Amino acid sequence: MATVVTMPKLSPTMEEGVLLRWLKKEGEAIRPGDVIAEVETDKANMEFPIEEEGMVLRLLVKESETVKVGAPVAVVGEKGENVEAALQGAGASHGPSVGAEASQPQVPPPEDDRPTLRIRAEIVEQGLREAAARAEKAAAEAETARAEEAEPPGPEKIFGTREPGAREGAPLSVVPQEEGDGEEDETRVVPGRLRASPLARKIAAEHGLSLRQVAGSGPAGRVVQRDVLAALQAREKRAAATAQAPAAQAKAAQAKAPAARGPVLAPEAEVVPLSQMRKTVARRLTEAKQTVPHFYLTMDARGDALWAFYEQLRSLHGHGDQGGKITLNDLVVKATAIALTRVPAANASFSEAGLVRHRRVDIGVAVALEEGLITPVVRDADTKSVGTIAREIRELAARAREKKLRPEEYTGATFSVSNLGMYGVREFAAIINPPESGILAVGAIERRPVVLERGGEDRLAVQRVMTLTLSCDHRVIDGALGARLLGAIVQVIEHPLAMVL
Amino acid sequence: MAARDEEAKGEKGGPKGASYDLVVIGSGPGGYVAAIRAAQLGFKVACVEKAELGGICGNWGCIPTKALLRSAEMLELLREAGKFGLKAENVGFDFAQMIARSRKVAQEQARGVALLFKKNGIDHLMGTARLTPPRRLLVDGMEVSAANILVATGARARAFPGLEPDGDRVVTYREAMVLPKVPESLVVIGAGAIGVEFAYFYSVLGTRITLVEMLERVLPVEDEEISQALARSLRRRSGFEILTGHRVEGIAREAEGVKVTVASGVGERREIAAERALVAVGVTGNVEGLGLEEVGVKIERGHIAVDRTTYRTSVEGIYAIGDVIGAPWLAHKASAEAIACVERLAGYSPVHEVNYGAIPGCTYCKPEVASVGMTERQAREAGREVKVGRFPLKASGKARAVGDTEGFVKVVLDAKYGEILGAHFIGGDATDLVAELTLARTAELTAEEVLGTVHAHPTMAEIVKEAVGDALGEAIDI
Repeated sequence: MATVVTMPKLSPTMEEGVLLRWLKKEGEAIRPGDVIAEVETDKANMEFPIEEEGMVLRLLVKESETVKVGAPVAVVGEKGENVEAALQGAGASHGPSVGAEASQPQVPPPEDDRPTLRIRAEIVEQGLREAAARAEKAAAEAETARAEEAEPPGPEKIFGTREPGAREGAPLSVVPQEEGDGEEDETRVVPGRLRASPLARKIAAEHGLSLRQVAGSGPAGRVVQRDVLAALQAREKRAAATAQAPAAQAKAAQAKAPAARGPVLAPEAEVVPLSQMRKTVARRLTEAKQTVPHFYLTMDARGDALWAFYEQLRSLHGHGDQGGKITLNDLVVKATAIALTRVPAANASFSEAGLVRHRRVDIGVAVALEEGLITPVVRDADTKSVGTIAREIRELAARAREKKLRPEEYTGATFSVSNLGMYGVREFAAIINPPESGILAVGAIERRPVVLERGGEDRLAVQRVMTLTLSCDHRVIDGALGARLLGAIVQVIEHPLAMVL
Repeated sequence: MAARDEEAKGEKGGPKGASYDLVVIGSGPGGYVAAIRAAQLGFKVACVEKAELGGICGNWGCIPTKALLRSAEMLELLREAGKFGLKAENVGFDFAQMIARSRKVAQEQARGVALLFKKNGIDHLMGTARLTPPRRLLVDGMEVSAANILVATGARARAFPGLEPDGDRVVTYREAMVLPKVPESLVVIGAGAIGVEFAYFYSVLGTRITLVEMLERVLPVEDEEISQALARSLRRRSGFEILTGHRVEGIAREAEGVKVTVASGVGERREIAAERALVAVGVTGNVEGLGLEEVGVKIERGHIAVDRTTYRTSVEGIYAIGDVIGAPWLAHKASAEAIACVERLAGYSPVHEVNYGAIPGCTYCKPEVASVGMTERQAREAGREVKVGRFPLKASGKARAVGDTEGFVKVVLDAKYGEILGAHFIGGDATDLVAELTLARTAELTAEEVLGTVHAHPTMAEIVKEAVGDALGEAIDI
């Protein structure tokens, strides 16, 4: 009963996902609720939990590969089950290997009508016989392959955020393939059209549940809401049982326990179920704060010049060719980008292999959403005009709120800016979004008493001041380097005409 | 699955003493639909009916009242003829003709059922059914052999002590649709669908109406906003008084009419004199005189207890559907149960199960009222996080064009998934418009699918999409 596992719809708007990292290897045992991979969706990087029990028979896609929702990604089942038969049974046109053509999955998503499958029953049967023969031959090779792949998957990619351009580049690791090595067996995945109500699809997608694994109770086996709710409840029960079992990894158990405490769909009054975004924010920020050695630098920037510049730009609103409104935050983003070109050593990421010096300056801009936050990226912010940056941020933020950002629009920044000035926050320290090396926390620009020296005499005056706090990854940025970067940012802010050079 | 008993048929041939796979008792929208569906599925079927075929719905309910209401609606339109650039002078009506037309429509309905029976080879056993132990079925004393018995005897107006109808001054819906003349005044007791429809009908004909409802609002099962809008509309009619939160304490018959004593929640008493009183305070199952209890069929609170998936009663081989098994007392609910019950009995797959969460309810006054699913309050009380959308007919081009701009539609969506939790209509073609979102709710379509559906322009149906859009902040025309 080998089962073909397909790319789940992990967010309501997800159409495809990047398989960032396999967390299970071929031949590895799996239990329902295990996370087999990390998938980057349109919204965030998400865990891909599995419903099956047994072992991973074959991984069908490479890490970093983009896969359409519903396309096969893996075959799971009992040891010795026939992978080919399962693939043919599921109507998968995937070849037996992860070849070059695999980067463009040709299998339509399960909701597509595939009436021809019924007629193809004979072909499938033939396939089963052929597969059985092939499998025997491959059995020995498979054993070898399994032994070879004992090494952990991929280089360090805790957060899965790709470096710019990584998606187009070579995969981080290629998962070895393996032939099924046992006798043929009927597959559990029923070929043909998957019947499910739109509501059932949405709920399943929200919870990362594959509809292929839900028995439908509606007319002609249509999967309806109650089936999905029942499957989710069953999953919760299993997850709770798993969490109670002696945990192999204390950390993993810690992370799982809160989710397992109550049923997702029948929460107690005080429990608000975690949205996928909230889960991701929680996981990533926890990991960031726990694994990245943060230190913080704070400086005040004299803001009168910036304010005057800002007022001037605003008065041009509607007259300039960009036409859009410019905000103080747009100016700070531009200032940060310029400063990074002046202190290029800070524009880098830490990796075990070595420091990655970025050639481009891509600034992530934190945008608050109802259910969390997201940092859309302004690419090449150092070379773009303030007007262009303003327009891009505006558009990205608007689409972020509609959850319509594409993955490449919110991943791969080299540095971030978070601004709470508009809420009257004077200063704060932000958490770094790895693998970025730092994040600038921007406070309100406000009038404060300052001490000025004139004619050898100190005297008090009132000026606009903005407090900036830089969070640095100490593995990349040492104190002096951080101070230089922050100083450079302050320098540009105090001399904003540098932004038009 | 009950197989056709060829041998028995061969011996006895005709209907008398024949052996049936299924005998349906009652020919209303539950019974006749069950009989036809069973015949379609190969059963040999008989239907026992002591009165007219078609039951209350066809003869004394849905259909004849809609005939009367059509007369009222046309009368109101004619009175407004000038608004449409028409000249209609001396607009009047002939009540007897209205009644006659309504009766004719009812007769056609009954004839239609008779024809359908003939077409499907269903025997109509005219007479009164009675069950005797252990599980024998007699029709007017003659035994009928039935492998399965389906009780679809419906319901009748409920009577409360002190409110017993006498068929003359104190009437039920049945007499109300064949009154000898238009009453000068009428107290309608009960502001459910039946009460509201008759109150509206006679109000159009000039009757002074007092609509009394024990609960706090008219059409208490509808969404509160709908009840409020309807009450506002009815109160605008001349001589139309609504007393919600009033209990009827008694009806005294007088020489010239009735005196209805009502008391408000705080005990304020009031006497209302009227020519007649209509009692419309709900219905109760027709469970008596059938011998149900003698054969062991369990009755609970005036209705036959069944499993609402198989429609099995407590006695093997006896099934029950429709009003006789309880609320909601609606013709279409009975028909839906008829089909589900018979299909399961016949081993047909997939059975068209009844989705009790998606049974529409309609009231045919003007403005019409219709709804499906949960009210906003019910949804919130069920712990659902909701998004509510509304769209007024005033903003519909079609409604303005046809001069029918009273009312609105309100949809209640699940905030997270866009599930159609409820839809509530008042005005326009409410009773037809409800079908779209009933389908959506039944098929578990969500707001997305409704918004993705192209709605013809200009139509009243556009307001459905607009209201769904409004819930998501995407309405175009408001």
